[in-house]
Amino acid sequence: MLWKVLLLLGLSSAWAQKLCSPGASDGYKVRLSINSALGDQAYVWNENEMFLFRATLAFAMRTYSDGQEYDVANVVVCDETPRVSFWFVVTSPLDASLLVDKRRVEEAVRKSRSRINSAFLLTDDTLEFIGIPPTLEAPVAPDTPPWLIAFGVVMGGVGAGIVVLLVSSVVQKIRKKRDGEEETGGKTENEAASDAIYNMSFSDDEPVTQM
Amino acid sequence: LITLEITERPKWDNKVQYMLTCIGFAVGLGNVWRFPYLCQIYGGGAFLIPYGIAFVFEGLPLLHMELAIGQRLRMGSVGVWNSISPYLGGLGVASMLVSFLVGLFYNMLLAWILWYFFHSFQSPLPWRDCPLNLNRTGYVSECEKSSPVNYFWYRETLNITPNIETSGPVQWWLVLCLASAWGLVYICFIRGIETIGKAIYVTATFPYLVLTIFLVRSLTLAGATDGLIYLFTPNWETLKNPNVWLDAATQIFFSLSLAFGGLIAFSSYNVQKNNCERDALIVGCVNSFTSIYASIPIFAILGFKANENYNNCQNWNILRLTNSFNIGDENITVENYDVWFNYLNATDPSEVKSLDLKTCNLQTFLDQSVSGTGLAFIVFTEAVINMPGAQVWAVLFFVMLFSLGLSSMFGNLEGVLTPLLDLHIIPSWIPKEIFTGLMCLSSFTVGLLFTLGSGNYWLEIFNSYVGSMPLLIIAFFEIISVVYIYGIDRFNDDIEWMTGRRPNIYWQATWRFISPLMLLVVFVAYVVIEAEKRPTYNTWNPDYVHFPLADVQHYPEWVYVICVLLSVLPVVSIPLVALYKFMGFLNKYIMKRHNPNPYGNELCHGEF
Repeated sequence: MLWKVLLLLGLSSAWAQKLCSPGASDGYKVRLSINSALGDQAYVWNENEMFLFRATLAFAMRTYSDGQEYDVANVVVCDETPRVSFWFVVTSPLDASLLVDKRRVEEAVRKSRSRINSAFLLTDDTLEFIGIPPTLEAPVAPDTPPWLIAFGVVMGGVGAGIVVLLVSSVVQKIRKKRDGEEETGGKTENEAASDAIYNMSFSDDEPVTQM
Repeated sequence: LITLEITERPKWDNKVQYMLTCIGFAVGLGNVWRFPYLCQIYGGGAFLIPYGIAFVFEGLPLLHMELAIGQRLRMGSVGVWNSISPYLGGLGVASMLVSFLVGLFYNMLLAWILWYFFHSFQSPLPWRDCPLNLNRTGYVSECEKSSPVNYFWYRETLNITPNIETSGPVQWWLVLCLASAWGLVYICFIRGIETIGKAIYVTATFPYLVLTIFLVRSLTLAGATDGLIYLFTPNWETLKNPNVWLDAATQIFFSLSLAFGGLIAFSSYNVQKNNCERDALIVGCVNSFTSIYASIPIFAILGFKANENYNNCQNWNILRLTNSFNIGDENITVENYDVWFNYLNATDPSEVKSLDLKTCNLQTFLDQSVSGTGLAFIVFTEAVINMPGAQVWAVLFFVMLFSLGLSSMFGNLEGVLTPLLDLHIIPSWIPKEIFTGLMCLSSFTVGLLFTLGSGNYWLEIFNSYVGSMPLLIIAFFEIISVVYIYGIDRFNDDIEWMTGRRPNIYWQATWRFISPLMLLVVFVAYVVIEAEKRPTYNTWNPDYVHFPLADVQHYPEWVYVICVLLSVLPVVSIPLVALYKFMGFLNKYIMKRHNPNPYGNELCHGEF
């Protein structure tokens, strides 16, 4: 009996390995860049970390796929390299020889991407699922573009400045006129002269007299 | 010897205002974004030799002459040349026209600077990332093919059309920026030199403060020394290229803002007993010093940017190899890259070849030279993204550019306002504030041309054709008029009266022979070089096969005609006015012959 169980286990793992292979049609390649992301704080990639990955992926499949009870055993991993990179496939919990469709795996990964990333202290750039591009964040569009605010401030200041200068020059002119009228009761001599038309025929157009 | 002045001529509050205004006029955007570029392409430190020679034999003499003649005759450009000889009145008109036309497009540059300034108050800076495309699956393709900074400049700022024939609509955001630029100019210019003199304290000094801050900051950046070594290492071979000498001569000429009439206008508001020789030396030397001083942080930052690009290039290669051969993360580094590369190439050369690794060469990145708007709005903005506290540096940079441009605009506008005031064309009931407002409004209206989709192409045309050849012609006639028509002896006497010292042999030699000769040679060389090739321009065409490289196009016929008109129209007033005066003279002569009247009042040829 024992040898039958052992044979079955051996066969199933062999079978599972056959399901997972580099370039599998329903599988994805994962690549981690732990050293680039964490530098000194980098952890070593070992069997336990791999177990965490399989568990996280099983969680993703449970929550965001068809709701079946995926287990760690349903996530099969192969072709591990020192990079760290590997391929994985997901088998159906009902039948271990059936692979879950690529698109369902992709959908589950997409929706739980941030959870997977944070489980490994990595980001979209350093934990890559080759073939599943990260969903680009929608840009925050404020109601008023910020540049219009800056523009409004500057133009407001300029407008106020122009008004102040124009008003001040008008006030100056009125004040001068009033002072002028008070002094002589009429036009002052300077103003009389300024009303004159400059007759150039009386001016020496050569500023330096020829000797 | 009394010239009646009814309303007292406005004058500077103090000497400092006058000096700062002249320096501000001379020091402009070209000092920051043209001179470093010329240094770079013409062999670094070696360029300083032709530049220095042009400065000593062409720039300084003309500068001294303009300041002296304005100060002596106390009139703007039209009045000054009219006083020397009525046949030369056209010279002043030409200066006025050139100042007006240059003012049109120069303020568009300020509008663009304001646009970038307004956008520097966001985090992250808008030119850092590409925008997403419509269905949010990726980035806009035009941006992906070129780069975020390029996309922001050509698409989001200019919304540029593929060629100059396609005008495109008026871009409302550029109209707003142009309006604010003219508003800011107006508020400083509203009462002529009264308000300019106050504003100049800030606009002329602030750029130096910012340049110093940038100098300190940029020298601490990685790769700064590479940039500086690259800039200053002299390459003596370039001196054999005649283009270097031509560019040095034209650069010193435009850098000092000669022949615009602005310097004459500024010095006309001086007291007559003022040492204009020393003023000219100070303004000239400060201008050249500023050019060199500005090159240092610019090149430190360009070196930093080249270094960043080089590191990115290398890291890209490393990542490709790491991913393809599944080697441990960060096992390949910049230091051991060559060892790994050779090893991998030996084991699996076909795989390595299929990766299309880039050749990373720091020199190539340093060689990418840009001048003008490209330097400010593409290269610099890209460098700023990588500096910590990017918003602060961006704001500082654009405010500095704006002050540099604003103080130059004052000179352009004074070059138009002072002659108009002197000619008494303006009825006296229009206050000066309204007249300056009308000037700004009309310039703004014509300048709307540059807010079209093809506006950048038109600006390039104005820059090349108005801001170059007419000035050379005007300057040549200026110096000939002063030396040979006004009379060099009379001029020497005037200067002796004003400064207390007769100009020495250096000034005599340059005024009489060297400068006019140099101007003539430069002008002829310029015409020859420009005429021998049919002019082309770079366009930004996303549909071009080799996009993002520029699609080089020829100007269509009607545009070429406009280019020629722009060069010719300002200077055609010189012969036209002379001819008009001559006809008037002939008319009187003939009338006198037919009708001799001993009591006839020989109307002075000073009437206008």
